[in-house]
Amino acid sequence: MNESAPLLEARDLARHYAVSRGFFKHKGLVRALDGVSFSLREGKTLAVVGESGCGKSTLARQVTMIERPTSGSLLLDGNDVAHADVAARKKLRPRVQMVFQNPYASLNPRKTVGTLLEEPLAINGTQPRRARRDAGLAMLAKVGLRPEHYRRYPHMFSGGQRQRIAVARALMLDPRLVVADEPVSALDVSIQAQVLNLLMDLQQEMGIAYLFISHNLQVVRHIANDVLVMYLGRAVEYAPKDDVFARPAHPYTRALLASTPSLAAGRRRTRITLTGDLPSPLDPPSGCAFHKRCPHAVARCAIEVPLLSTFRGIRVACHRVAELNP
Amino acid sequence: MPLLDIAGLTVTFSTDAHQFIAVDDVDLTIDEGEVVGVVGESGSGKSVMALSLLGLIDFPGRVGARRMTFAGHDLRGIGDRERRDLVGKDIAMIFQDPLASLDPCYTVAHQLMEALAVHGTERERSSRVARRTRALELLQQVEIPDAAARLNAYPHQLSGGMAQRVMIAMAISCQPRLLIADEPTTALDVTVQAQVLDLLLRIQRETHMALILITHDLAIVAETAHRVIVMYAGQQVETGPLPEVFETPAHPYTQALLAALPESSRDHARLQAIPGVVPGAHDRPAGCLLSPRCRYAVARCHRDEPALLGPPGRGARCHFRLDAQGHPTGGWALERRVEAIET
Repeated sequence: MNESAPLLEARDLARHYAVSRGFFKHKGLVRALDGVSFSLREGKTLAVVGESGCGKSTLARQVTMIERPTSGSLLLDGNDVAHADVAARKKLRPRVQMVFQNPYASLNPRKTVGTLLEEPLAINGTQPRRARRDAGLAMLAKVGLRPEHYRRYPHMFSGGQRQRIAVARALMLDPRLVVADEPVSALDVSIQAQVLNLLMDLQQEMGIAYLFISHNLQVVRHIANDVLVMYLGRAVEYAPKDDVFARPAHPYTRALLASTPSLAAGRRRTRITLTGDLPSPLDPPSGCAFHKRCPHAVARCAIEVPLLSTFRGIRVACHRVAELNP
Repeated sequence: MPLLDIAGLTVTFSTDAHQFIAVDDVDLTIDEGEVVGVVGESGSGKSVMALSLLGLIDFPGRVGARRMTFAGHDLRGIGDRERRDLVGKDIAMIFQDPLASLDPCYTVAHQLMEALAVHGTERERSSRVARRTRALELLQQVEIPDAAARLNAYPHQLSGGMAQRVMIAMAISCQPRLLIADEPTTALDVTVQAQVLDLLLRIQRETHMALILITHDLAIVAETAHRVIVMYAGQQVETGPLPEVFETPAHPYTQALLAALPESSRDHARLQAIPGVVPGAHDRPAGCLLSPRCRYAVARCHRDEPALLGPPGRGARCHFRLDAQGHPTGGWALERRVEAIET
């Protein structure tokens, strides 16, 4: 594959949902994902951060081809999966796999670990049974579990081990891209470190790219190459990790960083706390979706939607970005 | 005299065959106006400890303590009626999931007024109007926008952050002297978490109440608490003032927990994970409970259970307490060398 071509590229990706608000009312339209663009290279990690309801999981559903985007294009290895036919999408699906947040819910309690691991091969492959079993055992060893675990059921494992099984299952089809939706947020600190190490080791070994969805900025800071900050279905900042953490350009990114608790900060400093909650996606504010919570909002922010544009090499969607970053 | 003074708190759950010690010999004192953080991984006994303070441990759980006093009242063997006078009034608690703690069938106002009808001032107990006025005041105090309209809202109409504010309003409605917050922000988004923590601390400062903050997030404790208790598998493994405990941890578990945070490592470096998992109910190891996971463990650790030792208020449950440089002391190097020669 061409080294410089991105593995995954989204251009103006959008996904809208029609929501019934009652029999006599007009249907509402939720713009869960509204014109998001990004690219991800082989072996790299793109972190998507934002609060609940910002469209992170909707993005994951488009990338894993569970749903078809409303508009825009999504290129995987140069194939536009948004407009591909059903057969082509089916062929592409094994290349993207997913790890879910809660390993207590994502593993079928009635199947053994072995069955869970072999299932993707049985569905998508043509290997004989013995080859599937060998592949499953090899993968189990790769994620740090022992061969005797192969015949056990998910309830016999701890949270960290279950997440290892979920990672192993995602890797059975040798995907080029793994979408990890909050993979460590259900785990304890000491276990979280084990799973993050595993993810990083596997990336180095197999050259997988991660679309890493998280709300934990400390984790993102550790694992990501690029960061996409989302707010109410739109990207507000898209930049290399170092820029985001050293020089956050968008007021929302700054607020997120200031809100993240940190050991180094010591006793509580004054924060740039945001007032209020995330607005309802059914009834988003006019103009910049963030303007009602933004400490720097001016009249223009309430009228005009800011577009993601280049500012000193990074992408930011804010009218006042130049004034705020002198 | 401290507001809450507990020594040797033990909570056990027994069946015919097994006895499970959920909280094992925990000491805890807290003064008026103090914020104490309790940190530990899941299964470390933090929540059970909090519930036992409120008398919420049901059969087959058993609570025992050498000393357990709150503002002069002995909490051991206290009758239900006397406990009801304390809990909800002088001691209040907020839980992790605010929407699960609120009753979905009643309005916010109804639920706020309920506590006032039992524990409020004389005027509040006799007058519905006074209770409603006070409920509105409380909602304003916890900075709920458009408070008057929210009085008649049902819990499902509130966002997570707003519901937690209502819970805080309910908890402070009778001016408690001790507030126990069990993972109050875990279910919330990070910007809302910052708002709720700020609110909680502002109220704590204004009313000078004592606050026990239970969380698994070390960074939250570092930013809010005066003192910290680190728990592991039901035991208190380290206690002391902040930031001292996090700057120079005396127990290997605290040290390892801090090192495991992504914040402590550089970009893409391997994190210093703690191998293994917290022991469960039936697989507690002999000796020190941390010994199978501890990088410093020697034969003595697998054999003898250490006691919580150290200067007053700065205890660590370890045979080889770590020094200021983070190295184990007490002849550890010698024991390790002897073991190396023997094997």
